[in-house]
Amino acid sequence: MSFIVVQAITGLASAASLFLIAVGLSIVFGVTRVVNFAHGSLYMLGAYLAFSFTAAFGDTFFGYLAAILLAAVVVGGLGAVMETSLLRRIYRAPELFQLLATFGVVLVVQDLTRMIWGADDLFAPRMPGLDGAINIFGHAVPEYDLFLIATAFVVLGGLWLLFRHTRFGVLVRAATEDREMVAALGIDQRWLFTGAFILGAALAGLGGALQIPRQAASLSMDLNIIVDAFVVVVVGGMGSIMGAFVAAVLISELLAFGVVIFPQITLVLIFAVMAVTLVLKPSGLFGRPEFTTQEDRRNPDPPLRAGDGLSRIFWWGLLVAGVAAPLVIGDFAIIVLTEIAILALFAASLHFLLWGGGLITFGHAAYFGLGAYGSGLAVFHLSLGMAPALLLAPLAGAAGALLFGWFCVRLSGIYMAMLTLAFAQIAWSAAFQWGGFTGGDNGILGVWPSDWASDPFVFYYLAFAVCAAVIWGLRHTVFSPFGYTLRATRDSALRSAAIGVDVTRHRWLAFTLAGAAAGVAGGFFAFAKGSVFPEVLFVSTSVDGLVMVLLGGVQSLAGPILGAIALTEIETELTRLTDLWQLCLGILIILLVVVLPHGLAGLSAFMRRRQP
Amino acid sequence: MSEPALRLSGIEAFYGTAQALFGVDLEVPVGSVTVLLGRNGAGKSTTLKAAMGLVDVKAGQVFVGDREVTGAPSYKIARAGLGYVPETRRVFAGLSVEENLVVGERGGERAADFGAATWTRERIFDLFPPLAGMRERQAGQLSGGEQQMLTIARTLMGNPQIILLDEPSEGLAPVIVQQIAATIRTLAAEGLTVLLSEQNVRFATHVANRAAVIERGRILVEGPIEDIATDESVREAYLTP
Repeated sequence: MSFIVVQAITGLASAASLFLIAVGLSIVFGVTRVVNFAHGSLYMLGAYLAFSFTAAFGDTFFGYLAAILLAAVVVGGLGAVMETSLLRRIYRAPELFQLLATFGVVLVVQDLTRMIWGADDLFAPRMPGLDGAINIFGHAVPEYDLFLIATAFVVLGGLWLLFRHTRFGVLVRAATEDREMVAALGIDQRWLFTGAFILGAALAGLGGALQIPRQAASLSMDLNIIVDAFVVVVVGGMGSIMGAFVAAVLISELLAFGVVIFPQITLVLIFAVMAVTLVLKPSGLFGRPEFTTQEDRRNPDPPLRAGDGLSRIFWWGLLVAGVAAPLVIGDFAIIVLTEIAILALFAASLHFLLWGGGLITFGHAAYFGLGAYGSGLAVFHLSLGMAPALLLAPLAGAAGALLFGWFCVRLSGIYMAMLTLAFAQIAWSAAFQWGGFTGGDNGILGVWPSDWASDPFVFYYLAFAVCAAVIWGLRHTVFSPFGYTLRATRDSALRSAAIGVDVTRHRWLAFTLAGAAAGVAGGFFAFAKGSVFPEVLFVSTSVDGLVMVLLGGVQSLAGPILGAIALTEIETELTRLTDLWQLCLGILIILLVVVLPHGLAGLSAFMRRRQP
Repeated sequence: MSEPALRLSGIEAFYGTAQALFGVDLEVPVGSVTVLLGRNGAGKSTTLKAAMGLVDVKAGQVFVGDREVTGAPSYKIARAGLGYVPETRRVFAGLSVEENLVVGERGGERAADFGAATWTRERIFDLFPPLAGMRERQAGQLSGGEQQMLTIARTLMGNPQIILLDEPSEGLAPVIVQQIAATIRTLAAEGLTVLLSEQNVRFATHVANRAAVIERGRILVEGPIEDIATDESVREAYLTP
């Protein structure tokens, strides 16, 4: 009994910080409809700033408290800068662009933090006056944990007062329901958005600052916490304060007890909670259903015609270039070229989902990575040769997509984006933690092509042929009856359903197809690199895919291929030139979204329109 | 003749790539109750939304008094004196009745200059006595008629000079429709200029003194309500009986 109480308190202490970050994310989303990926970066900045402030004047209880609060205030100020300089420009952009732009901020903040505070973990001293432990039923419970819990309740109460009893709070709640109506009543929403964003940012900063006595400030804090926060917000319901609170407590308690009872499967527990919630209540425990994202496509994409003269020349040109290139380039270039062919397939499979199905996925790395692990594990555990191992790759990708997709296609818009990301991160942490099977952090080594394909030129032609064939297959699918139906569900799920289309099944099938195609790419990727590491499943892989698609232009089938070529070249050059390639890539992404939303393929159309 | 309270000239409006208005010209004289008559899909709601800056206006101009507001964000148009009551009512369902009014609240100095009444919560509750008893009730739990009162009340809190009512009688019980008609007459008596869209000609003749008929995104005729409502050719060709 006493053990249960103590474990529950530990869980509540973890819930406190999770609540602070998730509620900020939720408030910002409610008002602006932007899921701010960089919310985790604000949390991380809160921790680093608090580290510096406590070092300066944190040697008394009140000094320490002031340091924590000051960190939150400074992060709130940074939030104001971010909102007015970046977010304001992208409120009308599609969700995917918003997620990507804010992910660009994540990369920029990562490198800036590394420049300012260094790459090492930073350990802050404990909070003076709260550095002891209290004896509860014979167990020592840190005083600071109780302080955290109390803080969470104070914040919850403060937010309740703010949202119930101030004009600002009432306006925020009204804007969460119907922004257009709020504007028609004469309210300038710009300051409302900025205000909500400052509040959310300050809460994230507070959450981060409060962590430093329990946990070192580190550069991985941002992405770790944002995925947890996504899970909390999806389970609790976007835009709901109470939802964030209940879900944070639920998940933290599950983890606190899960770790004791089944330490190996805590991830499965989170997965199960999400799955059950989303099946029973797709908009989360306290959320309202989202109607706007899919049905309200004001500017549907123009219809796409199958191969007119120009595009046919382009495709044949690409094919000829792919076949002829090895004859004129060197040994290093052939490796880069192989990678481009593989990534082009990855990008094309993602593009198939995004553009063909209108399915916003932020976790496509999962299926690429499952393909890579499928092949790698087949070589490592079953000693299979390259050909059978490569055949397993699409099966692994498709199996993952079939399972995860079942949940994901039930949601739409931003919920789907967050859920796909959460699944991919779960796959990533499974690969990371399940060391005995996957090699964990050390990865799987020695995944080399069979002898007959060990020559880089032969392997290139093999990869090129298979990837080109699968890309052609995807393109063919877009123009098949299935592809037409899929695009109809994209343009209006409601109207498609009304004429008898099983929208969910079509989406599920598309998801699985794309997963299989990404799996093929992953399999080749494993053999091209000779190894598989958990990074292939990580969010940065998904984002690379998205950047390729955007760089090339979403509205063109050639886009992903151009994008794969461009991004691979850019990354190859950047890593050679500078340590700050994340910073550069982040700025590139932000510029891409703000300045060039139609990508390289859209650039020519853009130029043409400019000319009189 | 003095400036009309609201003037639309040559408005072309679009939903995405679909054009809904093809050069709408409309004048709403100060102090009038003008009704925009037309069938479903004729462009009534779009005309009101275009005035309010809620749809893409690609050509034409909108004047509130002598001030041009074409292309301005909705909140600026609202602050210029235009109040908008949407067709589907759109109360903030999760907010209480009183909180809905708080959202609409704005300083009333300007409105007072134009001779229109300055609305306070107390005056609103006098105008709509049923709302007074449910200040704390969630707006989503109100009946359709109560929600219609609340949306009108919420817009009045901003002290507009001109109020746009999009099909205020739609989907309401006859007794409630009579109440709404009485409310509109009261507002006109208070000095407010009213522009409403309607399909219901009988309701229109009870409240309005001017009418314009819209069909396929164009205004066909405009004039005193008696002339238009009694013109058999207009009624038969363009209006729902």
